[in-house]
Amino acid sequence: MSRIKITFNRLKKKNETALIPYIMAGDPDLATTKTLILEMEKAGCDIIEIGAPFSDPLADGPTIQKAAIRSLQNHTSIADVLGLVADVRTTSKIPLILMTYYNLIFHYGEERFVNDAASAGLDGVILPDLPPEEATVLIPLAKKAGLDTIFLLAPTSTEDRIKLVCKVSQGFVYYVSLTGVTGARAGAVQSSIEESLKKIKAATDKPVAVGFGISTPAQASQIAHWGADGVIVGSALVKVIEEHVGTPELVVRAVEFARTLKQGVLAGHGN
Amino acid sequence: MSMPDKKGHYGIYGGKFAPETLMPALAELEAAYLAARKDREFTAELEFYNREFIGRPTPLYFARRLTDHLGGAKIYLKREDLCHTGAHKINNSLAQVLLAKRMGKTRVVAETGAGQHGVATATAAAMFGLDCEVYMGTDDVARQSLNVFRMKLLGTVVRPVDLGSKTLKDAINEAMRDWITNVANTHYVLGTVFGPHPFPMMVRDFQSVIGREARKQIMKFEGKLPDAMIACVGGGSNAMGLFHEFLEEPSIKMYGVEAGGLGIERGKHAARFAGGSLGVLQGSKTFILQDQDGQIELTHSVSAGLDYAAVGPEHAFYHDSGRIEYTYAVDEEAMEAFDLLSRLEGIIPALESAHAVAYCLKLAPTLGKDKVVIVNLSGSGDKDVMQVAKIKGVEL
Ligand SMILES: Cc1ncc(COP(=O)(O)O)c(C=O)c1O
Repeated sequence: MSRIKITFNRLKKKNETALIPYIMAGDPDLATTKTLILEMEKAGCDIIEIGAPFSDPLADGPTIQKAAIRSLQNHTSIADVLGLVADVRTTSKIPLILMTYYNLIFHYGEERFVNDAASAGLDGVILPDLPPEEATVLIPLAKKAGLDTIFLLAPTSTEDRIKLVCKVSQGFVYYVSLTGVTGARAGAVQSSIEESLKKIKAATDKPVAVGFGISTPAQASQIAHWGADGVIVGSALVKVIEEHVGTPELVVRAVEFARTLKQGVLAGHGN
Repeated sequence: MSMPDKKGHYGIYGGKFAPETLMPALAELEAAYLAARKDREFTAELEFYNREFIGRPTPLYFARRLTDHLGGAKIYLKREDLCHTGAHKINNSLAQVLLAKRMGKTRVVAETGAGQHGVATATAAAMFGLDCEVYMGTDDVARQSLNVFRMKLLGTVVRPVDLGSKTLKDAINEAMRDWITNVANTHYVLGTVFGPHPFPMMVRDFQSVIGREARKQIMKFEGKLPDAMIACVGGGSNAMGLFHEFLEEPSIKMYGVEAGGLGIERGKHAARFAGGSLGVLQGSKTFILQDQDGQIELTHSVSAGLDYAAVGPEHAFYHDSGRIEYTYAVDEEAMEAFDLLSRLEGIIPALESAHAVAYCLKLAPTLGKDKVVIVNLSGSGDKDVMQVAKIKGVEL
């Protein structure tokens, strides 16, 4: 069983929602990313999403775009990110998921990628510009290597697409909470998420994690309350990192924020 | 052979590499386009606006002095520069805005490099009464300031994009992000034969009017098909617009001319077939300029409309099949052609089109006087005069 599956099963028994923070690898450097992963695990995070920077991240808002630019100043590559994963794996079992754009994987070579990723100890991959229709090469390769290919659903997804994505997605189904790109949003989360979650959960037994725009413990709490199996927080956390680049508090502040998010998620359950 | 296939593939190229949020919109667009294409009312309306608003058919003009000067093949210019707004771009913009209106969209967005596609979309949006926002890299805003002002006059909001290479590629990223966010009421008027399916097919079809007219015109003037055709290739829409009608005429040689910039060195050009490799960018699998890690490289060309890291997937297919030959002209050659055509024919070409003319200067003298060449003059140089003055060190 994959580490992602084991994690969701374990949390389910406790009636708990996973907190899945997203950080950009190499922002501002790979050593910091490693420390962040290990410290966030200690702070109660359940799964970590690691971004690999791409020059043209068309599904990302300004915060993650800027993080990619910071990371690309050191030319962080897919090979570097897999190196980081292997490094983390020497001491940690926390599930690690790579989120990036398809060209980097295509250019690396899909077969070479799944093999290198599996031996590094990566658990899953999310490619927002690769819909299932175009993933007919990657899906079987990843399956053979034991790497989960996680696909996304959005508020615009039709019934047919919900069925398709629920069928092919491995590890969990990623529900994009809003019609838009990544980026922190203030205020209440859209109430339509509750209904969408119900619809998706009716179509699959796989865990469903919700991301895009979720920025505060209160929002995370609400999403957990609505029955999500996981809450993904990216831009808001990346923003904390951005604000502390070059200062000694970067790790402490980011981890502190992740801890409050996990508390939010815990509070949301059973309300 | 009918391309693309149902999934939008041209052989191994093309496809629909788009975020999930857009997948339903792309399917909706494809269905709406396929229905409109078969609908007499839509096609009649489009023909009407092509004729009465754009001014089609555009002339196929025999360039006598250029022909004499080069001493080889007879050269005809397909005068897309005489389209309303000064370039072929409006053939596509107007049709897409008409389609958007039919789909019930109230707002359009577009990207632009040279500003021609932006102006064309702003124009069509004004004429049909839709809101319009155009994304444009800040480098292009600076070198095409005249077109920026034209768009504003037309009631369009111009959004400068100060990211990445600050040119066309980055404008496309931002336009896509806008579309992802506002997809419910917004149509994205992509300006070339690129992006996720159905854009490369739809834009090709809307531009194919160029080739259909050229066939009739050359048959009238010469009583035979041409021996060669030349067009510049940014994304590739004016080239595909001219070539598509003739792809199955094996006697015609076709040349696509990319931007050689300062020469084929990393970051100094936009000749995808000369310096690129297979990759996936902005919805499409095609030839792209990328580094060893798969990051998209910076590009350079004197012409903003050719200054782009990827090329339309159908071009990649015909590159591999050998049906179309791709070459490039460097900045300097394009500038020479720009000057020569202005002085010999009284036609100031767009810097993009000057790349096609530049290759014609090489090709025509190698062909006999009984041969016929058509050069696609995709746009007028009116938009470029300020930049050319600057390059020549002339104060206006
Ligand atoms: C006059 C003109 N020609 C050519 C191009 C290049 O585009 P395409 O290759 O799609 O025709 C542009 C793009 O802005 C243009 O303005």
